[in-house]
Parts: sequence; C-alpha cells; structure tokens
Amino acid sequence: MGSEEESAVKEPLDLIRLSLDERIYVKLRHDRELRGKLHAYDQHLNMILGDVEEIVTSVEIDDETYEEIVRTTRRTIPFLFVRGDGVILVSPPLRTA
Amino acid sequence: MVIPGVQLFFSYFKDLVGREVTVELKNDLAIRGTLHSVDQYLNIKLENTRVVDQDKYPHMVKPNSFFYFFPPSRLSVRNCFIRGSVVRYVQLPPEGVDVELLHDATRREARGG
Repeated sequence: MGSEEESAVKEPLDLIRLSLDERIYVKLRHDRELRGKLHAYDQHLNMILGDVEEIVTSVEIDDETYEEIVRTTRRTIPFLFVRGDGVILVSPPLRTA
Repeated sequence: MVIPGVQLFFSYFKDLVGREVTVELKNDLAIRGTLHSVDQYLNIKLENTRVVDQDKYPHMVKPNSFFYFFPPSRLSVRNCFIRGSVVRYVQLPPEGVDVELLHDATRREARGG
C-alpha cells in the first residue's frame, strides 16, 4: 500500500485505524457503552482506551405501577483494556466544528 | 518472536507483569491483583487477589460450612487463573500505559495484519 493511500478507507478496520488517538464511541453487549480515546486495537477489536466513561443502562419494572424505570450508571476509568468479543459497534468521533 | 497480527495485546500484557490490575469479568465480578503471567489467549494469572466489591459477591470470600471458623480474609481466593474469554475489561495502571508505544505498535499491526 502506497503512502498516499494510507488514509483511504478500503476495509472496515481502516475506519478504526483513522480513529487512533481520537475519542470514539463503543457500544458493547449487555447495554454498555464506552466513550474514550483509542490508544490501541487489534483485528478482534480488543482495545485500549484512555479517559473512559462507561455508561450502563438497566431497565427495572416498578413493583406497583409496572412502569419501566430506565437507570443509567456512569463511571470513569483512566485506562481500560476492552476485550473485543463484547464489542457491537465502534463509531469514530463526532466532528463538530 | 513477534508474529504480526496476533501479538499486540499479548506483548502489552507481558510488559505489564508484576503490576496491579483490576480484571472485570463478564459476570460482573471484579478481581484486583498482581499480574503474574499471561498467554497468547490472554488468559491471565493473578496473585494476591481480592474481590473488589465483596458485599456484592460474597461467594468468593465468605466461609462455606467447612471453612466456617476461619476468618473471611483467610478464605478469599488468593491466586487465580482467569480464562481469557470471560474477561470483559482490564483496568490498567496509568503508569503502565505508554501511549506513543501503543500507537506505533497498533499501526504496525494494522499494516501487518
């Protein structure tokens, strides 16, 4: 691959390669979401993220009204290795400017 | 020996041996301990382990009938082997993350793999 093609998106993983050192959004199995800076990844989508915010969404049913109560739990982690088999999707940073 | 495409995180974790990490499993159990060793499947052996949220996961700490008279601290799992496939996250020590090194290794692996 020539250097002028380094930035081309030819296969899906290229999109992730271009997100290195950028903040990305990762959706995981079991209603988990991560936002963090991508520092490393491999072809399994194992990743190392920095300054990570994890959001866990859970739905509880109210005992009396049977209403669904959606709860989100947030926490931040400085550096996190994420095993790729839990990954559903990876989205590059939103370019708002 | 470095085989491109399979070794990035294996090598990374090998360099992390001896440091404190928190391994979060897919069943929500979180175990903190010293990384003793790792293999190509990212199976992990931890030493001096403790369960992070003991109230939530008493089965790792509390005595069963046989060990009833031992204090819980004696009974917790002290060393363990964790199958790589049950890991969800590993919380890494900030001093064990060289961002530039990771970027370079990732780009190299992306080309080779």
